[in-house]
Amino acid sequence: MNTAESLETQQPQQAEMIRVQDLHAFYGESHILHGVDFNVKRGELVTLLGRNGAGRSTTLKSIMNMVGRRTGSIMINGNETLHMKPHHIPRLGIGYCPEERGIFASLDVHENLLLPPTVRSDGMSLDDIYAMFPNLYERRRSPGTRLSGGEQQMLAMARILRTGARILLLDEITEGLAPVIVQKLAEVLTQLKERGMTIVLVEQNFRFAAPLADRHFVMDHGQIVEEISAADLPSRREHLNSMLGV
Amino acid sequence: MTMIFGVPLAVFMGQLTLGLVNGAFYALLSLGLAVIFGLLKIINFAHGAQYMLGAFAALLGFRYLGINYWLALILVPLVVGAFGMLLERYLLRKISHLDHLYGLLLTFGLALIIEGTLVNFFGVSGARYATPEVLQGGLDLGFMFLPTYRAWVLVAALAMCLFTWFMIERTRLGAYLRAGTENSQLMQAFGVNVPLLITLTYGFGVGLAAFAGVLAAPLYPVSPTMGSSLLIVVFAVVVIGGMGSIFGAIMTGLAMGVIEGLTKVYYPEAANTVIFLVMILVLMFRPAGLFGKEA
Repeated sequence: MNTAESLETQQPQQAEMIRVQDLHAFYGESHILHGVDFNVKRGELVTLLGRNGAGRSTTLKSIMNMVGRRTGSIMINGNETLHMKPHHIPRLGIGYCPEERGIFASLDVHENLLLPPTVRSDGMSLDDIYAMFPNLYERRRSPGTRLSGGEQQMLAMARILRTGARILLLDEITEGLAPVIVQKLAEVLTQLKERGMTIVLVEQNFRFAAPLADRHFVMDHGQIVEEISAADLPSRREHLNSMLGV
Repeated sequence: MTMIFGVPLAVFMGQLTLGLVNGAFYALLSLGLAVIFGLLKIINFAHGAQYMLGAFAALLGFRYLGINYWLALILVPLVVGAFGMLLERYLLRKISHLDHLYGLLLTFGLALIIEGTLVNFFGVSGARYATPEVLQGGLDLGFMFLPTYRAWVLVAALAMCLFTWFMIERTRLGAYLRAGTENSQLMQAFGVNVPLLITLTYGFGVGLAAFAGVLAAPLYPVSPTMGSSLLIVVFAVVVIGGMGSIFGAIMTGLAMGVIEGLTKVYYPEAANTVIFLVMILVLMFRPAGLFGKEA
């Protein structure tokens, strides 16, 4: 199925920020992604849904060139990145938030926040970030891993916003967090969308993702098996639930 | 005469100073090993040879190029450090995807090659490197005689340790190093050129060893094997202190030097083994080392 083409005819005016075609990814001998195709337009928020092991996190990691080997094509803002070195890819304006959050224990909160090099000049200022996440300001001298899970997730988000990234790849950001924190993250994502960010969300918590997303891609066995737009979601809900096994 | 536990104060203080000076070398060398291990996860068996290269470069630089001690103290760590960067770039990087044991074997092989080459040209007897004039002689402190050069070594080594601590704990580059030690793949995903960071880190660790080598040149005979004997003790110090703590490496180095020095006063027969005894005790009761994090 070629989801990219069908969408382009619907919304030809929007530029593609991410275009993934026939992406295969391998860890050593194991073949994880089997021809992933999808695209994300500027300012869109899309989700990658699916069961554990469907290849959603691997898709994000493949975009960042963090897997063993990749074939196919990954265009970021018009640039082919398949043969780029890993540290050149973020400089195209991508911020990546890993599933395990990746907060550094040997750095305090402030150092964690300042760690990722800026990739564009128009990132959020420290003042903006501390205004968005007041808890982080209060705890800026604590070692990063002394924060609560929710605060660590805020920090993991905040530090890629400071870099000026315009494309955010967010892996399971609500996992294991209290409902009040999940609510706060939903507000943050809404604000980021208003700022024109392009966001790819890997998510288990469908109730969190549904109201935020423009489109949903369902993955299974290392492929995109279904694309559902926000408008079609109400009528497809039961079908989706059966695919996700919830 | 004042006695301390049946030993004249002057003898006691003399051995204490000697111990501190040895400890300063242990600190400098274990610091470099810890920095390298942190990011590269390689136990750098060439560290002793690189320390020896520092002393040799100072000696040969003086003999053939007229480079004096002070200039050598700055130039030699840069030159030997640059040599280290080449080793990393063209040898260690090639095997970085393999088990880290291969890095140990490679650096061990390099150490043997470097030592063997120098033995071939200069023999094993060792040469003297003159103490710079201003640092000759000593101070009579009343209760002991303090050789000026040893006092200088202590000051210079501690200053370098402090500089390293500052660089790693208080600068942005140091934050990259600490973060890279924890999760280098994520650093790469943030846009940090980790391969370059690794090359610079290895070069810095090697430069530290060479700095220690220049400091050591006027104290000990400069010979191709001067590093290998020292390195075994330094490995014991690293095991005692535990990998991964800058402060821990410095404190353990100094403490082991002092323990060794005082053992020389009270039970000289054990002086060469006392550090290994401490190592065994630490391994039994705190396997991650005194300052190490439990895995």
